[in-house]
Amino acid sequence: MIIFRKRGGGSLSAKKVKEKKGLNKYPRTLLEQFYRTMLTIRSFDKKVEEKFLAGEIPGFVHLYIGEEAIAAGVISNLSREDYIQSTHRGHGHTIAKGADLKRMMAEIFGKKEGYCKGKGGSMHIADLSIGMLGANGVVGGGFNIATGAALATKMQGKNNVSVVFFGDGASNRGTFHEAANMAAVWDLPVLFVCENNQYASTTPYMTTTSVENIADRAAGYGMPGVIVDGNDIFAVYEESQKLIDRARRGEGPSLLECKTYRVKGHYVGDPERYRTKEEVDKVCESNDPIDRFECTVLDGKLFSREELDAIKASAGKEVEKALEFARNAEEPEISELFAGVYA
Amino acid sequence: MREITFSQATLEAMDEEMTRDERVFVMGEDIARQGGIFGQFKGLPDKFGKDRVKDTPISETAIVGAAIGAALTGMRPVADMHFADFMGVCMDEIFNQMAKIHYMFGGQRSVPMVLRAPDGLINQAAAQHSQSIEAWFMHIPGLKVVIPSNPADAKGLLKSAIRDDSPVIYFEHKALFNTRGAVPDGEVLSPIGKAKVAREGSDVTLVSYSHCMGLSLKAADILAGEDVSVECIDLRTISPIDKETILASVAKTTRLVIAHEAVKQGGVGAEISAIVAEEGIDFLDAPIVRVGAPFTPVPFARPLEQAYRVTPEKIAEAIRGLF
Repeated sequence: MIIFRKRGGGSLSAKKVKEKKGLNKYPRTLLEQFYRTMLTIRSFDKKVEEKFLAGEIPGFVHLYIGEEAIAAGVISNLSREDYIQSTHRGHGHTIAKGADLKRMMAEIFGKKEGYCKGKGGSMHIADLSIGMLGANGVVGGGFNIATGAALATKMQGKNNVSVVFFGDGASNRGTFHEAANMAAVWDLPVLFVCENNQYASTTPYMTTTSVENIADRAAGYGMPGVIVDGNDIFAVYEESQKLIDRARRGEGPSLLECKTYRVKGHYVGDPERYRTKEEVDKVCESNDPIDRFECTVLDGKLFSREELDAIKASAGKEVEKALEFARNAEEPEISELFAGVYA
Repeated sequence: MREITFSQATLEAMDEEMTRDERVFVMGEDIARQGGIFGQFKGLPDKFGKDRVKDTPISETAIVGAAIGAALTGMRPVADMHFADFMGVCMDEIFNQMAKIHYMFGGQRSVPMVLRAPDGLINQAAAQHSQSIEAWFMHIPGLKVVIPSNPADAKGLLKSAIRDDSPVIYFEHKALFNTRGAVPDGEVLSPIGKAKVAREGSDVTLVSYSHCMGLSLKAADILAGEDVSVECIDLRTISPIDKETILASVAKTTRLVIAHEAVKQGGVGAEISAIVAEEGIDFLDAPIVRVGAPFTPVPFARPLEQAYRVTPEKIAEAIRGLF
């Protein structure tokens, strides 16, 4: 099921828009952070796509374009000490957690200055210093790692939470079910965030998944399962905040299903034989999370178009700098091949 | 020197390491309330509490995955696999996650954890509770694989494994748990990656490990009565393998036999044979011989299991064929 939202038409007064959306409670700095994070992700992944297609980036690349509101909305509730566990489609989560764009891009280019010294690539970026436990090349490979981080947190008497992002496809892995049970039975501070982007790799999820709503599966593990419009950053932020606060209070894990849509192929270069261009265009036109944010804040007169454009330009500039850095960075020395097999 | 069982030796190792380092904890199926199905965790929950000695759901994937997550975030978990055979359930966690994270993330964070894997033949437990699968793991870069044959090394290797910053798989043969042996008082640490000459000899090198090590020493006894002097090497670590000790011994004896309980095809013996063929072929005065199980699943019925087993007599017979 795809949720479509009309673009804001400006028919309501600014005051009414603010009231309707509950925008008055948002500090301007937070709104700016939402926008900057989403734009940085968009701009970063567009650049990665461009350079992959130009033959500059090797390997496999999976883009987060169109799903930015989820990473930006959820992670805005986390501190540096909280943990996130990401997926093969991980650039968005990594950026939202505060990773260095230069080291990310250098890693994607396979360079020595990359996060993993060029040994991981796009699917394996991690920054343990900011609680980013890693992207994962195996669908569903991250659930239990997140559970373990939450277990450690609890044993260490800390107040941090562990957020694991996963797709609709990964919810069919046994790892999801084992992690959900363990997290629930031990009351671990975990938030399971399902990015239901409608496609499990290249297969429409409804053709291979027994339930329409992944959130329904939470009931099987005695935890709350909440559905939210994943392209509405305000809704994502607010619903994830409640569940994260709950986890911090020691009340255990929960599942947030964010309904979204993968506007890009499974990977860059995907021939996308499984859907029509019209289907994709319709979502891009009517349900883009960044467009929706812009309409809301413009209608609410919280930002002017000029202010938004300035933020957009500055995010784009950061990505350009990262690209420049990655291109000029050195390739790893051959001796690096043998380093780090053991700790 | 005092004698204790293999099982007691592992308990002492756990007790000492959990006392020394509060980051160390252990989780697995049936370990807290039951004390482990082989009694190898008995008493630990009373001393350290059920938070540090945790009963888990029957979810091997969750156990190993959670151990990885905890290891990445400041703990030093030990995860019990119940039976080594069940590692098949969580192979992704073992070989795609645990083994690779340190390298794949550019050395950002180590994954200090131990998987305890009770393996081997006992009580006609049949195809899914009897296997020796250590060779699978020597094919995976990033893992250390240790496999003690006696109580002293059971303690020493477990303590070293817990202190190691790399993930370690610790195979403990089920038939060894109740065997007794000398274990020194005080600190016992066996080095990982170092084989031991368990018995000196001059005519043939016999490499073995785990339960089969005892069978190999018996074979050496049999052959001593026939004027054949067997040098027995206890491998102790499967990966990284101690080539130097093996090659030095073969240089001296000029003959090599490898014996293990696991199936011969694709086993540890195959790797050792290849190492000696590549790096020590000139030392040899006879073909390399491997003794292992036939290429069949472990059968249930007593005569079939008996036929499957490596025995001292089978090892002795293989060695006689070299002279």
